Amino acid sequence: MGDIFVLIISCIFINNIVLAQYLGNCPFLGTSKKMETAVGMAMAVIFVLTMAGIITWIINTYFLVGLGIEFLRTIAFILVIASLVQFVEMFLKKSIPALYAGLGIFLPLITTNCAVMGVCLINVQEEFSFVEALISSIAYAVGFGLALILFTGVRERVILGRVPKPLQDTSIGLVTAGVISLAFFAFKGMV
Amino acid sequence: MAKTLAQEFTKGLWEEIPPFRLVLGLCPVLAVTKSVENGLGMGIATTFVLVCSNFLVSMLRNVIPSKIRIACFIIIIATFVTVVELLMQAFAYPLYLQLGIFIPLIVVNCIVLGRAEAFASKNNPVFSVADGLGIGIGFTLSLSALGAVREVLGEGTFYGMQVFGPSFEPFTFMVEAPGAFVCLGLMLCLMNLAGSR
Repeated sequence: MGDIFVLIISCIFINNIVLAQYLGNCPFLGTSKKMETAVGMAMAVIFVLTMAGIITWIINTYFLVGLGIEFLRTIAFILVIASLVQFVEMFLKKSIPALYAGLGIFLPLITTNCAVMGVCLINVQEEFSFVEALISSIAYAVGFGLALILFTGVRERVILGRVPKPLQDTSIGLVTAGVISLAFFAFKGMV
Repeated sequence: MAKTLAQEFTKGLWEEIPPFRLVLGLCPVLAVTKSVENGLGMGIATTFVLVCSNFLVSMLRNVIPSKIRIACFIIIIATFVTVVELLMQAFAYPLYLQLGIFIPLIVVNCIVLGRAEAFASKNNPVFSVADGLGIGIGFTLSLSALGAVREVLGEGTFYGMQVFGPSFEPFTFMVEAPGAFVCLGLMLCLMNLAGSR
């Protein structure tokens, strides 16, 4: 159990997917202007990432490695992720149209969210067992959600301030992200 | 088609230079720019994928049904990413190890898919190659510039060569994650400043 706990902590805080591993920055900057969209995006990513993590692990272990065609990994993984995203999109469009409208372009863009693909590849590279892969997928996704929501909270306040013109929008966003990343950097000594 | 071939090429170098004007594909920008060498390698790999996928997408633009175009584009891109991955394993293994996970991740780089969707699916192959080459070179330049700033400040070296004297204390903040964000943010600010004049 101790190992699993360490894995969870390290995936959420120490190796935070956005702030320490530099993955998933486009939706991180893109959907962080309003809390509502940020929460929606975080939920969508948690759902897609967990599913994708499990499915790609199974495909990799039993299909790609079994048949000796690991070089097709990139193509296989992206296809799984793309179809999953399509599924989530259809589901949201039917059942939660307001959220669907709020997420707008960023929902199909989860396909090209490198956090999803990145975690799937990390799971394979670290040679995780099924349970470890499952837990790391959830924990990384929670880490993404946490970082996104924290960042949105800060960014909503920053908009109220008087930011010099050339620094506005994405530029100040990146500097803010740097400061939050610095805060997360402090977790490095934990484990 | 108002623009000439040369214009399509050069717009990637300044007007629409990624990631500054087109704020897309930030992850590799932040992650691999610890040194000039990594930035340059990543830039070249991305350019190769961009040019090839733009060319193929544009060749097939009338064949691909518009409903499943994104899936088709992604498969085309994934194919070329696999090609780059295998080529780098064969000919540039140390660099491949350095870039690691970010080579397969070119497939989810928004710039590549963005150009396929916004440009190559609407224009002829020659223009698409020019566009891909321009954007790719622009991306390589940005990566190298950011890599240079971070390497010089963070390690005190440029392309592995010592820049400052032995008394220089490296500013390690720059090669860590927080430095990447702050550095890119400030460079974006400088670009905005230069562009607004």
